[in-house]
Amino acid sequence: MTLLLTFLVAAIGQAVPLLFGATGEILTEKSGNLNLGIPGIMYMGGISGLMGAFLYENNVQDPSTFVGVMIALVASLLASCLGGLLYSFLTVTLRSNQNVVGLALTTFGVGFGNFFGGSLSKLAGGVGQISVAHTAEGFGAFLPSFLRNIPVIGKVLFSYGFLTYLSIVIAVIITWFLTKTRKGLNLIAVGEDPAVADAAGIDVVKNKYYSTLVGAMIAGLGGLYFVMEYLHGTWSNNGFGDRGWLAIALVILALWNPTNAIWGSLVFGALYVLYIYIPGLTRASSELVKMLPYVVTIVVLVLTSKRNKPENQPPSALGRAYFREER
Amino acid sequence: MENYAIELKGVTKRFGSVVANNQVDLALKKGEILSILGENGSGKTTLMNMLSGIYYPDEGQILINGKEVSINCPKDAFDLGIGMIHQHFKLVDILTAAQNIILGLDGGMKLDMKKINQEIDALVSKYGFDLTPAEKIYNMSVSQKQIVEIVKVLYRGADILIFDEPTAVLTPQETERLFTVLKKMKLLGKSIIIITHKLNEVLEISDRVAVLRKGKCEGVVETKDATVESLTELMVGEKVELNIQRSDPKKPEKRIEMRGVTVRNSEGLSILKDISFVAKSGEILGIAGISGNGQKELLEAIAGIQKVDSGEILYYPPNSTTVEKLSEKTVREIQNLKISLSFVPEDRLGMGLVGSMDLADNMMIRSYRSGDSRFFTDRKTPRKLAKKIVDKLEVATPDINTPVRKLSGGNVQKILVGREIALNPDVLMVAYPVRGLDITSSYTIYNLLNEQKEKGVAVMCVGEDLDVLLQLCDRILVLCEGKISCIVNAKLTSKEEIGMYMTGARKAGV
Ligand SMILES: Nc1ncnc2c1ncn2[C@@H]1O[C@H](COP(=O)(O)OP(=O)(O)OP(=O)(O)O)[C@@H](O)[C@H]1O
Ligand SMILES: [Mg+2]
Repeated sequence: MTLLLTFLVAAIGQAVPLLFGATGEILTEKSGNLNLGIPGIMYMGGISGLMGAFLYENNVQDPSTFVGVMIALVASLLASCLGGLLYSFLTVTLRSNQNVVGLALTTFGVGFGNFFGGSLSKLAGGVGQISVAHTAEGFGAFLPSFLRNIPVIGKVLFSYGFLTYLSIVIAVIITWFLTKTRKGLNLIAVGEDPAVADAAGIDVVKNKYYSTLVGAMIAGLGGLYFVMEYLHGTWSNNGFGDRGWLAIALVILALWNPTNAIWGSLVFGALYVLYIYIPGLTRASSELVKMLPYVVTIVVLVLTSKRNKPENQPPSALGRAYFREER
Repeated sequence: MENYAIELKGVTKRFGSVVANNQVDLALKKGEILSILGENGSGKTTLMNMLSGIYYPDEGQILINGKEVSINCPKDAFDLGIGMIHQHFKLVDILTAAQNIILGLDGGMKLDMKKINQEIDALVSKYGFDLTPAEKIYNMSVSQKQIVEIVKVLYRGADILIFDEPTAVLTPQETERLFTVLKKMKLLGKSIIIITHKLNEVLEISDRVAVLRKGKCEGVVETKDATVESLTELMVGEKVELNIQRSDPKKPEKRIEMRGVTVRNSEGLSILKDISFVAKSGEILGIAGISGNGQKELLEAIAGIQKVDSGEILYYPPNSTTVEKLSEKTVREIQNLKISLSFVPEDRLGMGLVGSMDLADNMMIRSYRSGDSRFFTDRKTPRKLAKKIVDKLEVATPDINTPVRKLSGGNVQKILVGREIALNPDVLMVAYPVRGLDITSSYTIYNLLNEQKEKGVAVMCVGEDLDVLLQLCDRILVLCEGKISCIVNAKLTSKEEIGMYMTGARKAGV
């Protein structure tokens, strides 16, 4: 029973960054931009938040938790927004190939994270020495203690920091935006067929920019969650691993619907840590178990392509640049 | 002074070296229906796109209701009350009719679909359309999609409506219905421009006709003073003979035989029921029917694209006594037997051509297997072929290296049909070969088919225009709800008789 509880809690811990990443990517893809730079942007969002908090805590006599959290948030959002801006400028304004730009951005973002992570470690006096205790506290347990102390469900449901709850709230809001508002409808049209959207008087360029920027910022929060809530305010090079790619795979599993991504991220999160909880795995066989999220994605791809329901397919214009006089 | 809804003065538009419109002057009176006529690639669509804000003119002025305007984007066009129904529909498939209609409109943040549906219903009943707002576009037929497009511009309060070849993909009955709507809109004070290649429609619906030739406006005439001959002459620039020389089939031999063929769709409904007939060499067999009654599936079954559920399809190759069972062969094997299908889909680019590839490469798609070398592609033959088709069918294109998607609708199609004919088939199947073609190009295609017939090819042709089928074909097979309702001798029947078989009002022994 306790084992199951720790497994659940660990799974949720893994699920949150995936959910942020997937929600951000879904919003981006709905505009027809296949932003493969999201894994890199998550690194950027993570390290920038940490940097902001670190510089603040090291230069102030008596750092406050609230200010630390705010600085971390703003720094993280700003950095991922810049990543999204770079991507949009290259692919929307200059109409470069989306895949190439995305992959380059990911390579850049990971390097950016590791470079500044390394520099911060040096400033802090060695690997693993970075500490932003005050800020990290603000990212820790969020709900009042009487809730957290309820047996069993207190631990599983109420023991997390605010980013965990925010990830779900954002996923729900984005779903609502996409399905229930005019702006969301316009965005869907842009991703399905920019020429149609254009003819209907929708500003294609603006929609692509906004959704990519906001999408990048949401994804960046996943990186921030990882360094602040999951690692309690420190950095380890490449520590974020392939979670960014998993988030992109999750988009497919979720059929481009952020609410689906909520439970989808739980499945992925559970599969991600499953190898720790299966007794008797060797190193080699644990690698096999770690593959499971990708296997699930492929199975879902096969199943949905069989069902072939048009709503469950990726946006039709995904990955293509748009130019009005081109036909 | 007259009251004009639109005035164009000296409008010019170029695409690189192509001058699509050259110093065009044109005016639309308030409350009239103006037809625009012109050969494929003469710049009709381009001219209209400048009114709807898709393109911006290089030179010239546009006046709406007497005031000079600048239409920079589609939104400007709506604001001026201009609505365009495009040749290729501009609808998002995965959305509903209502969602497409309100796309891009301002309004409250929240979508109140219930209220919107009611507004649309009101509009629909005012004009007498048949439309369910909550239906998804991908479930709709072409004519239903067109209605969505019309309601879309009306909902936006357009009082100048522009239709780009609205009837090219409609059945005669659907066209009739559209025209009733157009007349009703005119009564309600709307000004309308309609582009069409069908001269009898021009004469039926419009008040005046404007003719474009090679990007220039060649004149505007009152419809009551015009005839099919005079319009054609104005359009082409010289007198042309429009007729088909139908000769009697020479030595007809059995080529294709269907025996009790049944085809079901993915939902298990049968689209073709117990079809049996014979197609002979040296004759043109016309296939008529209201669209969606199995014509497409019939040809696809022969080409091997449709799976046959029961019955068999036999092929009797020329100069040979063998009999091939087509129903057991793959598409590729059937093509190698020199059986060729050219299907012109509703969206023209949908089947058989790759939009971003140039003319020559599109020829290669069909011929790359027949090169001498097994491994390397042969680029010379397709280039020659592309040149031949461009010359023979007078395709309007700068050169054969132009991507197909840049050509005008009609020219895309000449390439599609020309390519199949160039393969020298023994059996040639074409579906809607003149969809969207101007009148002279249509006759070029008819004469090409005729030539094939005289060479001894068994030709099968699915068509919409009954007048033409009657002139072109030797026998006509009429389908109704997937069954053969009759096979008649084209010389001994009439349009009315075929119409009755098409709707199932009359049935005959096969
Ligand atoms: N976006 C574009 N880029 C390059 N060339 C173009 C473009 N749009 C049109 N053209 C060229 O301009 C000319 C006019 O094309 P347009 O589509 O207006 O003809 P159309 O009269 O509508 O013909 P159709 O009856 O076949 O539809 C053609 O030669 C076409 O190839
Ligand atoms: Mg056109």
